[in-house]
Amino acid sequence: MTGAPPLIAFAHVGKSFDGGRGAKPVLAVNDVSLDVAEGELLAIVGGSGSGKTTLLRLASRLIEADSGSITIEGADVRAVDPVQLRRRIGYVFQSGGLFPHMSVADNIGITPKLLGMPAAEIASRVDELLDLVRLDRTQHRDRLPQELSGGQRQRVGVARALAARPKIVLMDEPFGALDPLTRDALGDDFRDLHKKLGLTTVMITHDMTEAILLADRVAVMRAGRLLAQGTPAQLSNSDDPYVGELLRTPRRQAERLNVLLPKGGPA
Amino acid sequence: MSLFSDPRWSEALGHLPDYLGNHVRVSVTALALGLLVSLPLAIFSRNRPVMRGALLGLASIVQTVPGLALLALFYPLLLALAALSLSWFGVGFSAFGFLPAVLALALYSMLPVLRNTITGLQGVEPAILEAAQGVGMTERQSLLMVELPLALPVMMAGIRTAAVWVIGTATLSTPIGQTSLGNYIFAGLQTQNWVFVLFGCLAAAVLALAVDQLLALIETGLRQRSRLGVAFGGVGIAVLVAATLMPAVTRSQSTYIVGAKTFAEQYVLSALIAQRLRAAGLSASSREGLGSNVIFDALASGDIDVYVDYSGTLWANQFHHSDIKPREELLDELKATLATQKITMLGELGFENAYALMMTRKRAEELRIHSIADLASHAPTMSMAADYEFFSRPEWAGLREAYGLSFRAQRQMQPDFMYAAVASGEVEVIAGYTSDGLIAKYDLVVLDDAKHAIPPYDAIVLLAPKRAGDLALRAALSPLLGRIDIAAMREANLRAAGGDGVSSPDAVARWLWEKIGKR
Repeated sequence: MTGAPPLIAFAHVGKSFDGGRGAKPVLAVNDVSLDVAEGELLAIVGGSGSGKTTLLRLASRLIEADSGSITIEGADVRAVDPVQLRRRIGYVFQSGGLFPHMSVADNIGITPKLLGMPAAEIASRVDELLDLVRLDRTQHRDRLPQELSGGQRQRVGVARALAARPKIVLMDEPFGALDPLTRDALGDDFRDLHKKLGLTTVMITHDMTEAILLADRVAVMRAGRLLAQGTPAQLSNSDDPYVGELLRTPRRQAERLNVLLPKGGPA
Repeated sequence: MSLFSDPRWSEALGHLPDYLGNHVRVSVTALALGLLVSLPLAIFSRNRPVMRGALLGLASIVQTVPGLALLALFYPLLLALAALSLSWFGVGFSAFGFLPAVLALALYSMLPVLRNTITGLQGVEPAILEAAQGVGMTERQSLLMVELPLALPVMMAGIRTAAVWVIGTATLSTPIGQTSLGNYIFAGLQTQNWVFVLFGCLAAAVLALAVDQLLALIETGLRQRSRLGVAFGGVGIAVLVAATLMPAVTRSQSTYIVGAKTFAEQYVLSALIAQRLRAAGLSASSREGLGSNVIFDALASGDIDVYVDYSGTLWANQFHHSDIKPREELLDELKATLATQKITMLGELGFENAYALMMTRKRAEELRIHSIADLASHAPTMSMAADYEFFSRPEWAGLREAYGLSFRAQRQMQPDFMYAAVASGEVEVIAGYTSDGLIAKYDLVVLDDAKHAIPPYDAIVLLAPKRAGDLALRAALSPLLGRIDIAAMREANLRAAGGDGVSSPDAVARWLWEKIGKR
């Protein structure tokens, strides 16, 4: 990449896990180099065990890399206090990761609270964020997570990630467990937020269709290795058979949908 | 209902402020100490498998030690520590009552708290822990803001279990000198006062339930983040503690404390001594139901001021003599030995409460048994019962050696049940007490000990070292010396076992004073 320096840069990153019970260590991330430019929405696509979630956790130092280096906003993450680093990065967890004993407002306001923001400011920030993720202030603010639908929980998860005005948002299969309609709506809403707030986003997904529809660029991982990266158009030129296979699915789906849903529908 | 018109209910109620107060005090202190130790340990060890295993194992072992034994073990341990501390730092402390009870009960409370806290903390989902880290919490913040609140219901269940256990087990701290609701139960069992036993059990159960519910209130309050609930529960506990602390504050230091062991005669004699002291214008209170081994040390260290012991018991158990001397000689030597410990042997009351082998008159006549020597040939086909300590006492070894006794079966039982057991033919011989009123009631014969294998057991009044020169005390008690003969004591004991309104130790002691005072 040329031009502005990348906001997030992985350089030859490696990470292996103990296989447990004397088994061989599992190489979860194997020599991955990947740059994310400021303002970009990058999707990392891969099956389970491909190492995509590990890569994300490495970026916010929830785990430490064995080899290589990770730079965020120009600084090596190892040189930064991990707690301060995480407060600067928004993280949306798989199926929400909301604290079950805290109200929606407390969940959203947690990082500002940790940063020492006064309570009144947190309260108005929470309302602002509820608006932003299109949840009704009065109706949802004081509810507990278990009283919300899956889609509402994920919206709260996004609001929580954005609460401390991070420049970077990391999302781990944020829309994976949702029904298709909710998923579509949330994806579109997030894409708008990403643009409006000038975020730099890395999103993990196992769904190539979702990745192509939402992301500026897509990276493909398999068994810890980065197989390909680029815009959807660039990817379609890849000669890697796995990448080709991943792309075949949405194509075939689109063709079949075109046949099954002839012109005219409201969409 | 005639059941509740029994005057013993009101007598029991009269003891309630003292017993309940002490019970709550010892339970709450023990629980607080237990929590103070267990909670940090559990939190610290939750991610350290080796330490966690060791802690839980240790706590489980403690739990398998019977409550009574655990409490009893702490007494000699603290006694040794107190002596050590006195010689090293010049500061001693009382190893009697409160301290050993608190320590043993605190130890007892640890298992449920440790286990539930660790289980509760480990039950927090890994995804939630990662989220806590991910939003930028430090380890400490994660613990305080996420892990502990989520583990709270499980932790509180453990704390509530511990509270109920401690309150229940605290009834067993009576024999090591801690007044508790157990005083009702121990006294009731010994004097066949079932009203007292029932009252003690009910009071302990109600207290346990009340504390459990208050803790439940706090738990719900914490979970629903309702300050009101927490406040109600907290205030409830605080009121409970404050109410029970009142009598302790007002208790005067100059009170004479009269000790009593765990049987009816001792309750009557301590009531008698307390009555005499009050009649002489002194203030007196009783520490009843003390273990046989605890009471002497308690006197020596000044935790109690006066009690009645028996010459043979001290001779054999306390001073470990295996030889048996004639009565006067034994008393003289005992007096000299006690004097080296600065304990005053004020004098004999006039009766003996010796162990003796007894049978029903009917059975003894059938078999033509008059003495222990006659018994020896029949013994191999007979079963014998005695109290919990007799078979491990030197007298038993002496008896077996002297007469070659060997029974088909030996059973240990509560002394009150022992007499009923021999009367009903369940056992054929018992090691009873010569001053027991039940001898006459069940028409038993005392077998002659021609070889004097059992030492004399004169009832003697002992004074604590600090009361050695207390003339008022001596003057108040001297009218009792040499005045209580065996017939009077037997009748008193029979009355005390009566199981009705006039059989309370106080009432019997008054009767006894009437009888001997008039002579």
